[in-house]
Amino acid sequence: MTQLPYVAGAYALGLLIPGAFAIAAWARMRTAARRLAAIDPRARRPRR
Amino acid sequence: MSASVAPRPRSLHRFANPGRFLRLSELVLPWLATGGLVLTGIGIVWGLFFSPADWQQGDAVRIMYVHVPAAWLASAGYLALALCSAISLVWRHPLADLAAVEIGPVGAAFAAVCLASGSLWGRPTWGAWWVWDARLTSVLVLFFLYLGHIALVRAFDSPERGYRAGAILALVGVVDLPIIKFSVVWWNTLHQPATITLTGAPTMYIAMLWPLLFTTIGYTLGFAAIVTARLRAAVMERRIRALLMARAAEAENVA
Repeated sequence: MTQLPYVAGAYALGLLIPGAFAIAAWARMRTAARRLAAIDPRARRPRR
Repeated sequence: MSASVAPRPRSLHRFANPGRFLRLSELVLPWLATGGLVLTGIGIVWGLFFSPADWQQGDAVRIMYVHVPAAWLASAGYLALALCSAISLVWRHPLADLAAVEIGPVGAAFAAVCLASGSLWGRPTWGAWWVWDARLTSVLVLFFLYLGHIALVRAFDSPERGYRAGAILALVGVVDLPIIKFSVVWWNTLHQPATITLTGAPTMYIAMLWPLLFTTIGYTLGFAAIVTARLRAAVMERRIRALLMARAAEAENVA
């Protein structure tokens, strides 16, 4: 299949770029949640 | 004697409460992320290994399962950005500003995937990586609009001024969306016309349509999950800044 490099390239970009954004967003969210829990008194209160 | 009751917030402004947004998004986010992963995975495997090759384009047609969802989300993401900008300008909705800022880079990434995968599709099909075709050029303009928005909202010392300037740019840029949509009708382009329309039956073989549907819905859920996670982070970061500033002011008063 002569088009294989083009197909592989397109799939690599189409999965890696959104994947990188997803991992970055998840890591940023986790970091923010941890920092907020450390300083926000409301975050330490048990939920009713 | 009638007791006075606080007026109920209007439907849109109920979601302006960051605490309510954090609670709601905590419930929704796992479903969006799981749905996005599963549907995209099914669509990609189906498109790569089980859908038929095109009689004319051969296996290069499989690029469609990445290119079309990315193209759809580049446009839909910009529409969402413009909608948030309008809400921000008209109702001063605090979450709308943050949403517009967080949609920008994600939309730009999907526009970049659309352009790059289109280029990789164009080389074996048209014999060229790039042509200054109306469809390709209007999507390139959309990519630059995203980059302009990202730069503009961060260009001011006052975030509010950045949000306003970005919102105006986003609303002006909406004019590019119908140009993208109808470019293949208005001009004689190398890019093929739409194969899926709201009014007519799709002009695509059903065995190709199903994996395309899966990747499109999967990418859409994934896009929503990324934006929701970024927006949750932005809301929490804003709260952290406010708390730290309040503590600093308190310490200054004590001193």
